[in-house]
Amino acid sequence: MAQASPPTAIADLRRYLERSVGCEPAAGTLPFGQPAIDVETPGGGLALGHVHEISEGGFAAEYAGLAAIFAAGILARVSGPVLWCLRGRDLFAPALSRVGLSADRVIFCETWKDRDVLPAMEEGLHTRGLAAVVGELTKLSLTASRRLQLAAGASGVTGLIIRRWRNANEREDSEAPSASSTRWRVSPSPSPNTGFDGLYRQHWHLELLRARGGEPHSWIVEACDAAGSIRHVSTVGDRSPAADGQNRALAG
Amino acid sequence: MERQRRVLASVDEAAAKLGLEPGMTVTHAQSLIPDLTVVDATPSKDEAALLRLALWAIMYSPVVTPDYPDGLFIDVAGSAHLFHGEAALLADLTTRMAHAGITARAAIADTPGCAWAMARYGQASMVPPGGASQAIASLPVAALRLTTATIKSLHEVGIERVAQLASKPRASLSLRFGGEVLLRFDQAIGSVNEALPSLIPPEVPRAELKFAEPIGDPEDLKRVIDKLTNDLCGQLQVRGVGARRLDLVFLRVDNIAQGARIGLSRPHREPRHLAKMLCERLVVIDPGFGIETASLTASWIEALTERQTIGRHVSADSAEVDVSELVDTLSMRLGQNNVFKFSPVESALPERAVKRVSALKGISGAEWPPHLPRPARLFVHPEKIDVIAEMPDHPPRMFRWRNRQHRVAKADGPERMHGEWWVSQADEKLLRDYYRLETADGTRYWVFHNGPPGEAGTWWLHGVGEA
Repeated sequence: MAQASPPTAIADLRRYLERSVGCEPAAGTLPFGQPAIDVETPGGGLALGHVHEISEGGFAAEYAGLAAIFAAGILARVSGPVLWCLRGRDLFAPALSRVGLSADRVIFCETWKDRDVLPAMEEGLHTRGLAAVVGELTKLSLTASRRLQLAAGASGVTGLIIRRWRNANEREDSEAPSASSTRWRVSPSPSPNTGFDGLYRQHWHLELLRARGGEPHSWIVEACDAAGSIRHVSTVGDRSPAADGQNRALAG
Repeated sequence: MERQRRVLASVDEAAAKLGLEPGMTVTHAQSLIPDLTVVDATPSKDEAALLRLALWAIMYSPVVTPDYPDGLFIDVAGSAHLFHGEAALLADLTTRMAHAGITARAAIADTPGCAWAMARYGQASMVPPGGASQAIASLPVAALRLTTATIKSLHEVGIERVAQLASKPRASLSLRFGGEVLLRFDQAIGSVNEALPSLIPPEVPRAELKFAEPIGDPEDLKRVIDKLTNDLCGQLQVRGVGARRLDLVFLRVDNIAQGARIGLSRPHREPRHLAKMLCERLVVIDPGFGIETASLTASWIEALTERQTIGRHVSADSAEVDVSELVDTLSMRLGQNNVFKFSPVESALPERAVKRVSALKGISGAEWPPHLPRPARLFVHPEKIDVIAEMPDHPPRMFRWRNRQHRVAKADGPERMHGEWWVSQADEKLLRDYYRLETADGTRYWVFHNGPPGEAGTWWLHGVGEA
């Protein structure tokens, strides 16, 4: 049906819908620089001035280490100070610096409770001039996420929420619906053999679980490089020969 | 001089050891110690010195009252958090006094009366909240700030300790000794409030509001704060300074001052920001039956020059984003130590490679070595893992962590780290071989083996999530 109507009509309709639900990109979008990914994300990348959620899959998911690196890779590609709200003491800053997020740019605030992280995030999202606010959270109610989304929309500061949990119940909580614009999941994926000792850059199974105005998708990507960019390896479900990448850089 | 007799007003430590005490006549003292040095007391100079000390003590709290001839009351209820708690504040105060050559005793308690008693007669310097009556029970009645005559007449009827006083019927006490005894006793245990007039430091920017009707509604207080900060910021603007510390004092109808204090990370005179910070501290204010007077004082000011950020010839890029307001707000809510930046430390051990620095630290450009892969999450306490199959000096083939078997598909290492023998003795024998492991599902682990090379040591998981 959609194919029958002219593409401009679809674009107009999409713009109209975006305006009417109030999610018009306020501060532009940040492309991933990988056409295979950008084409499937609404607006052609990550909408700045919006709140996005990142969770992690796999066995070490509760530590959300890959989610933190994915977030740091995004922040490395925008300029300005960043507020990072921690809910524990386990973040290791050298890993963020390795994907291009310089230590000078990040102000950390550390608490032990979700209910302290949320107001801190909101405070940051109200501060014009910040590039982004990252918050590590377990529970995020619909109301709370709407507040964050409104604050982000008003100031143009991007919000990234890293979902964390400590047990199965909390994990269920972290999957509850929220008002964020997109939800991503990063899971480890086996990296290709090098043929000798050593490891390639890690591979991720990157999933766009939910996107306002878009469809869920998933890809296999190479983890962030020193500039924070991920590299598309293959699209899950896509078995084209182009998917088997060559000349990959050796990590480490 | 007391009734035409010369008496000792005060004695120093050496004289006290020789048995002299205030109140003795000079002739008596001189007969005991023939070569006694007597200096004429100058009460007016002493008062002036105490006043100077009181002005200095405003660094601890906006509500300071000199208690002539030899005491100071500092109301730290709203400001102890700036000194990391009451105990730390007390330690800081006594150390500074000692450094200045002032022999002083200090105590913190719920009521001025109890603190007075503990500082002069008590053993402990901290009285826990609600512990006032228990703390003073065993003290002599002199601890109640009574006149010498009253103390003497109490002693005559055999009342030596505060506890004895408490067990007597109140009516007969007030009949016999007047209202003073009961009032001082009630003030000490907190059943009667005691108003301390706060000392106003001269020459500081200050705004004040008086109300025809007492106010107490939080919304009204917020409006008052808005008005006061506007006034004060006007004064700061004229003087070309910004506030580093603000003291807000509400005087209640029962003449009790309620104080709140905020600290700022850099000089500020933006009314909106200051008002917001003050409003967050409103929780410590108990308006009681209403507030009649409100005052706001900038007790610490620093020069602040305006900077042009908008206009021709001002490039937008050079304008650094000002995050100090955000840092102030978060520091006040979460505590100063919980808002920070990470900065690299040159260290062989990963747990020492990071230090916390001020959140307002400028660009240093220092980074960690970029070629070393590091996990995004580093465990504060490495977790012990059981390694199933291994060859010496090789990465494990299998390991058991959290009751699950993990088969290692790929590995990289070792990265050898030696302890820093110049840091501590325990480091001398420290040797770790770090490996990056990837299991069959692609999850990466950062593990290390500690022990001499070639021998079976212990394996530890130190981090997950690798860039």
